[in-house]
Amino acid sequence: MANPAEKQDPLQARVDGLSRTGGAAWAGAAQDQAMQRLASMGMPKKRDEYWRYTDPTTLTQPAAPRAELFQTDEVMPFSDVDRLKIVFVDGVFDAEASDDLSLEGVEIERLADVLSTDIHWAKDLYGVLEERGQTPVPRPLAALNTAYASDGVVIRATAKAAKPISLIYLHKSETSDAVLHHLVKVEQGASVTVLENGPAAARFSKVMEVEVADGGAFHHVRTQGRDHKRRANTHMFTRIGEGSVYKSFTLTVNGILTRNEQVVEITGDNAIAHIAGAALGDGATGAFHHDDTVFVTHDAVDCESRQVFKKVLRNGAEGVFQGKILVKPDAQKTDGYQLSQALLLDEDSSFQAKPELEIYADDVQCSHGSTTGAIDEEALFYLRSRGVSHGEAIDLLVLAFLAEAIDEIEDETLRDDILTRLQGWLDRHRG
Amino acid sequence: MLEIKNLHVSLEEEDKQILKGVDLTVEAGKVHAIMGPNGSGKSTLSYVLSGRDGYEVTEGEALLNGEDLLEMEPEERAAAGVFLAFQYPVEIPGVGNMTFLRTAVNSQRKARGEEEMSAAEFLKVVREKAKTLKIDADMLKRPVNVGFSGGEKKRNEILQMAMLEPKMCILDETDSGLDVDAMKLVAEGVNALRSPDRGFLVITHYQRLLDHIKPDVVHIMANGRIVKTGGPELALEVEQNGYADILAEVA
Repeated sequence: MANPAEKQDPLQARVDGLSRTGGAAWAGAAQDQAMQRLASMGMPKKRDEYWRYTDPTTLTQPAAPRAELFQTDEVMPFSDVDRLKIVFVDGVFDAEASDDLSLEGVEIERLADVLSTDIHWAKDLYGVLEERGQTPVPRPLAALNTAYASDGVVIRATAKAAKPISLIYLHKSETSDAVLHHLVKVEQGASVTVLENGPAAARFSKVMEVEVADGGAFHHVRTQGRDHKRRANTHMFTRIGEGSVYKSFTLTVNGILTRNEQVVEITGDNAIAHIAGAALGDGATGAFHHDDTVFVTHDAVDCESRQVFKKVLRNGAEGVFQGKILVKPDAQKTDGYQLSQALLLDEDSSFQAKPELEIYADDVQCSHGSTTGAIDEEALFYLRSRGVSHGEAIDLLVLAFLAEAIDEIEDETLRDDILTRLQGWLDRHRG
Repeated sequence: MLEIKNLHVSLEEEDKQILKGVDLTVEAGKVHAIMGPNGSGKSTLSYVLSGRDGYEVTEGEALLNGEDLLEMEPEERAAAGVFLAFQYPVEIPGVGNMTFLRTAVNSQRKARGEEEMSAAEFLKVVREKAKTLKIDADMLKRPVNVGFSGGEKKRNEILQMAMLEPKMCILDETDSGLDVDAMKLVAEGVNALRSPDRGFLVITHYQRLLDHIKPDVVHIMANGRIVKTGGPELALEVEQNGYADILAEVA
């Protein structure tokens, strides 16, 4: 017989040395409950179905594996965007580098402060959406995050935010192990854009819980990258109400391991949720493994969801997509779309996809597609026969491949910024 | 301009010889037509000259103004002045026609050490040339050849040719899939480009294209060789009697 305590051991080893943040009774209770969830689930293991394509070992082991800092003089993302900057260095809030946390239409606080405040609206959100997201699939790393997050930002949009809130994650220590947890509450008819960029830490755990009330809008654009040896597991837990909009886009370049989970629950009619991602990996400059794991639940009428994930992989880079659309019995007139595609620039790279639909309503329109392909040789020759160099022709075809994901970014300035990042990466990684 | 000497070409994948000693010289300012039955090697010749993969030159050479074409990458041949109008222009979803044209024009200029065309200048030139080919703004905006009709694709080929101003234009069955009006439009586009310092090699099955693009020299190709060369009257002969008589005559 297996010793029941055995399951606890790796977990105990992981949480030893981590400490609780805050002191409010409700916060302590939320952290306790998260710990109980984690204890009953246990840490993720390679043989878990949900971790079949991504080895969680380096995410669950006690210490973060060392990650060298990547020196680059490339301009930071979103530099040309008028935004409110909030800076974390290896997961620690940097007040000096951050802007003043005041912005028209939004209240912004630090999570560390909020968790010490006895009466706070965050009580109804912190760990709440994370817990909802634990069924039907357990996400122990998210519970671990709720129990031990050291800081984060807590955002409440009460009107249209005057400018985007930009979370900048700097990585300066080779052994940093950062755990951040953000809350975003968008009140009725309000809207806010949150930007994220930076390698964050040697190992980065991040949870963002987003609640969008009726008629609200939340836009999210994120870049993850630069440091080849960095590791990250991130979760976004989202619940959106009637007539609301949720749009999230992620660009990932470089990184030895990235697992991005998105759990979206549509609870109000006529709501829209779009989740998109573009990931580019070149194994020649360091191992690259990127996993997008997405779960969208339709629990309201006349809603639309889109998942568009594209990956460009070369020199042994690995991509994973696990995506699901669940349509509950009453979610009639659902329009669900899911696309996951990989462009493999050589035979050493690989892509694993597990697209799923689970539909209980009868009047719905759901489609999904997943493809793995190589560069179209005919198109490549056509371009070259017009004088376009081999490298530039590949770039054009790669950008064309990614276009459907990039186009999910509504704001033109942000889209152009992402395209600049992409072009920069392509210039550095000419095949 | 273009000198092809004793060119022998096989398929890389299978041991099959397609061209069995082609000799051909196209002078600057002249239009040469190559006619011939299916499988005679006409299209292979055009692909080998433009640098497509999958062919192995086993003997002979092809020179453009004395430069060895066969040693060059496809993009280098383009910069040197070779242009192939494709029989089946390729659709490239996601790449805007305009972006494609501008990238091509500027890549060639860069390769030749010339200054790149500014966005404004490019726009002006492309609009002007597109207009004469009846290519509207919408076609310029759409992805390359995606959703284009057969005629639109061929006009788009000629637009590229007009923008790139090549020295040696090779047209591979540009008349295929075109109705008479579309063919006239395409032929007018080609004729507008005729100049004393530009050579043309027009590959076609049928004489009708040559009613509109008047050749100086007509070659008949069969079984991987040029079997007969003559003036425009040779094309008429093919039109009237088919290839059988000529092939019998040279056999």
